[in-house]
Amino acid sequence: MSDKPKGKLALYWAASCGGCDIAVLAIDEKILNVAEAFDIVFWPCAADGKVRDVEKMDDGSIDVCLFNGGIRTSEQEYMAQLLRRKSKVLVAFGSCASEGCIPGLANMNTRKEVFDTVYKEGSATVPENPQDVRPQPATKMPEGILHLPVFYDTLRTLDQTVEVDYYLPGCPPEAENIWKAITAIRGKGVRNLLCEAPEGPSRQKVPDTFSAVIGLNTTVCEECPRKRGEKKIKKFYRTWEIIPDEETCLLEQGLLCCGIATRAGCGALCPAVNSPCIGCYGANDGVADFGARMMSALASVIDSDDPDEIRRIIEEGIPDPVGSFYRFSLAASQLRRKKKMQIA
Amino acid sequence: MADKIGIYVCHCGSNIAGTIDVEEVARWAGKNIGDVVVSKDYKFLCSSLGQQMIEDDIRSEGLTGVVVGACSPHLHEKTFRNACKRAGLNPFLCQMTNLREHVSWVNSDKAAGTKKAKALIFAAAERVKRQKPLEPMEVEVNPATLVVGGGIAGLQATLELADAGYLVYLVEREPSIGGHMAQFDKTFPTLDCSACILTPKMSEVGQHENVTMFTYSELEEVSGSVGNFKVKIRKKARYVDYDKCTGCGICTEKCPRKVIDDVFEAGMGYRKAIYSPFPQAVPRIPVIDAENCTWFTRGKCRVCSKVCPTDAVDYDQKDEIVELNVGNIIMATGWKLFDCKRIPQYGFGRLANVYTNMEFERLCNAAGPTSGKIVMRDGKTEPKSVAIVHCVGSRDVNSNPYCSGVCCMAALKFGHLVLEKTKAEVYSFYIDMRTPMKDYEEFYQRLLEEGMHFVRGKVAEVTDAARKPDEKGKLIVQVEDTLLGKQRRIPVDMVILMGGLEPQADAKELGLKCGISCSMAGWYTERHPKLDPVATMTDGVFVAGVCQGPKDIPAAVAQGAAAAARVAGMIAKGTVTIEPIVASIDEEGCSGCRICNNLCPFNAIEYDEEKKVSRVITALCKGCGTCVAACPAGVITGAHFNNEQIFAEIDGILWDAKPQAEVEIASV
Amino acid sequence: MSNENFDPKIVGFFCNWCSYRAADLAGSARIKYPLNVRIIRVMCSGRVDPTFVLKALADGADGVMIAGCHPGECHYINQNYKAMRRYEMLKHTLTAMGVEPERVRLVWASAAEGRQLAEAIDKLVSDVRRLGPLHWPRNWDENGERQKALDDIVKEHEEAMEVPA
Repeated sequence: MSDKPKGKLALYWAASCGGCDIAVLAIDEKILNVAEAFDIVFWPCAADGKVRDVEKMDDGSIDVCLFNGGIRTSEQEYMAQLLRRKSKVLVAFGSCASEGCIPGLANMNTRKEVFDTVYKEGSATVPENPQDVRPQPATKMPEGILHLPVFYDTLRTLDQTVEVDYYLPGCPPEAENIWKAITAIRGKGVRNLLCEAPEGPSRQKVPDTFSAVIGLNTTVCEECPRKRGEKKIKKFYRTWEIIPDEETCLLEQGLLCCGIATRAGCGALCPAVNSPCIGCYGANDGVADFGARMMSALASVIDSDDPDEIRRIIEEGIPDPVGSFYRFSLAASQLRRKKKMQIA
Repeated sequence: MADKIGIYVCHCGSNIAGTIDVEEVARWAGKNIGDVVVSKDYKFLCSSLGQQMIEDDIRSEGLTGVVVGACSPHLHEKTFRNACKRAGLNPFLCQMTNLREHVSWVNSDKAAGTKKAKALIFAAAERVKRQKPLEPMEVEVNPATLVVGGGIAGLQATLELADAGYLVYLVEREPSIGGHMAQFDKTFPTLDCSACILTPKMSEVGQHENVTMFTYSELEEVSGSVGNFKVKIRKKARYVDYDKCTGCGICTEKCPRKVIDDVFEAGMGYRKAIYSPFPQAVPRIPVIDAENCTWFTRGKCRVCSKVCPTDAVDYDQKDEIVELNVGNIIMATGWKLFDCKRIPQYGFGRLANVYTNMEFERLCNAAGPTSGKIVMRDGKTEPKSVAIVHCVGSRDVNSNPYCSGVCCMAALKFGHLVLEKTKAEVYSFYIDMRTPMKDYEEFYQRLLEEGMHFVRGKVAEVTDAARKPDEKGKLIVQVEDTLLGKQRRIPVDMVILMGGLEPQADAKELGLKCGISCSMAGWYTERHPKLDPVATMTDGVFVAGVCQGPKDIPAAVAQGAAAAARVAGMIAKGTVTIEPIVASIDEEGCSGCRICNNLCPFNAIEYDEEKKVSRVITALCKGCGTCVAACPAGVITGAHFNNEQIFAEIDGILWDAKPQAEVEIASV
Repeated sequence: MSNENFDPKIVGFFCNWCSYRAADLAGSARIKYPLNVRIIRVMCSGRVDPTFVLKALADGADGVMIAGCHPGECHYINQNYKAMRRYEMLKHTLTAMGVEPERVRLVWASAAEGRQLAEAIDKLVSDVRRLGPLHWPRNWDENGERQKALDDIVKEHEEAMEVPA
């Protein structure tokens, strides 16, 4: 490896929790191998570096950019565009960049509702705000106009903003998968990796036969050792309602386990601790809407032919369908967000 | 390779061109839809010249896909697919879109019609670009056939096939073949003796070298598909050795245990615990009714075993499962009588002299419990007046909405028999008299002349509560006479309820075994109600007789023969073509979650325990696509209806719905 | 609400055996009904993936009609029941997403029910017209703020670049 010239690596975070950056560090001593193979040219979370430095770089001069977080503000969109321009390979790193993740669930609200929650109703960050001060995109000061990034109504995924080459799923991606991805990129060289995608690796044209996702093309059940039988569900339970049997498929016990629809790669971590899969690795190849897969699969095995009973089973068992089926993928789903008020 | 799409828009004379600007549609499609190299309109595309034009273009332009905007694909999809095939283009690369039935015929606004036509053409074009060539599969047809049900429809089907030289396995639940027809005395309107015309057919079947009968047996399991079904038959324990028994009947004669015969005698008579249902039974091998046999219930007796001259009685016999391979299955499972107790106001089961139609059949049958004498329950008094109540459990929203079809004629037959055998007055209470077939109306006229009284009205009640002296000791039929427009109370000695025909109690379960469905009422669903009345949605499974819907004997016979003809045709051809529209599972991607496993009513999905993946058995798949839509991993593909094709169709059909501003792929 | 001029776009997913033929029959019988429903033929209502419905709405449809054989009369025995279960599930989710559930409708139509189907289409079209356009893609735009905000950042950064470090 050392005979290869060092590549240039950038890491960035947008609307995310920071877990992805920690996950990169969680590859432990292997981070030294990363440092050996790459010059880290930009990583605001861990290293000093200014946006201005990036702006000064030549277009395409960064070999790989691992971008985590969704796009919620104009600043994040600007950075996405900037890093896209400067990078040969842009990787949507983790669930937020790939499909919106938990920050994307705020697409069930509007900007106003989000601000009301934070600035009016009180929150950990803004406990008191008697004057109801709200962030303003532009504020006039004697020295001139100060700008704050504009907060969008709708969080977008990275590939709804700029073209993305690869996706690394997970919330956060498992250390092992991160290492595999980095070695794949380093080992094959950026060009070789891209050559595997004759039609251009982008998930924008759905469905796409080419998988730009660095991961397995099957679902979590593949890695789950539980006993599975034919499925018939008479009642859905929430996790606190039952203590599930440790050997039988959780879904068969009525728990909303998303493992059936979720890309494998984590090693079925949650089912291993008797907890249903929540779907953080996102959808399998060629799937245009994760939530629709869950809805269709679950509904198909409801054990009733009576519309009233079916409705009751669904409404009682799944009080929060969006949170259950789109916990990680709302922003990347077909509808992307809740309907806003009637637009004239 | 870039697609080369040809678009053809049909005028259908003025049928389409009258309300769609077809020239504009063709011109527009040629300009606005990608990869279109030919776009034409034509007077009649289905004409030989129209087809020739498409074929010529396929050859000269090297078209990779053809879109035909014309009538319903149900009408001409085959026509245009064949045209493509002749020109060397795989028929599945032809897509029809329905401009006539779905646009021009339902609308008179030309601008709106033209707009919708464009969207439909756009959708078809986007779809056809993603369609893949498919090849139908050929499978060989096993020349043996399974017939389920030994009533008249099943017997007819069996004989037709056996006489044509083909092997038939006939399964009958009861100890003898013959079905309901064996219980009847006379048949309408000819008044033929039912047994006289049925029993020759029964013995012919019994002796036929090409027929293997399984009586007192039931269909246990069906697997496989058209051409190659595997069926399991449960031969219920008869406790009589089929090979040793000569049918002498001495066991029945000596058996000390008498049981009410609810099946053949409709509860009107008795049989023994070891019995044949009736004297002309085929086969004549009796069965032991273990529930009532003294040996089985109390461990004593063994009389039958002692008297049997050939030592045929075998109390240790067990049910036996027989496996058979057949190419086709004919379901002729018949019907059951409506339970007249469900209409308590008619008094059946409570008032002694209220009879069901099946009871009355036995009552007037010369071989029945009264040797054909029409007498009341006391066994000796002849009735002086008889009421026949129509539509009991038919044409009634509280029970069955359908007309049972045979009861009016049977009621006329009963009327005739009562008038012939007794001096009684006969009243018929009907809603509408239904006598549509050959010689039926004439029979009705005959009964009018014979003096049967007809009262038009639905009977409200049959009661023994007398209000007037002349009603004392009588059954009073309360009815609104809708011709006279008044309520009437007619006292009679005997009432016959014309119970309707209902599907067998296990019809649905049995249907599921071989992959056929039932209507709301419970009758087996034929492939097409008009044009394909004996085939079903499952290739290789046919229906005949009342199990498909109420019908009389001639219709059941005709349907039995028709089903046999269909089967014979397939056997004669030797192979059958299976549509390639089927699902398939990418085993690499399948995680074995087993969501799809019990979604297939045709049992076409199997789970491989070893590899932990699910798999589609192509020959069983009917291509509905339900598993495709259910697969949470998205690894099941439906040929000719895959996601990519349907997504493209949605994209195309909404081409004018996407605000341009929204199609923003961020520029870098 | 003045939605009279609004011409809703509705995507229909019709099963091959009953409902598509019902639409054929409505045509043969020359029954007039609004042209708003554009029909996509699938083999069975059981083939209708909720993704199709979501995609249609996301692509600009104002409503969706799913049509199949009557319960008990499915040509694939009982697959329309699966369509029914998915439809209930989808409606539950759509309601949570703020989509009026009246916009997505499951109807049963036998091959003989051309008139009933035409009436159902009529009803759906008038219901959707009353609800007004959905034009979902506009749900995602930021009312033009987005481009301006980006331009502001670029300008600000360019100005800052001119200042010597």
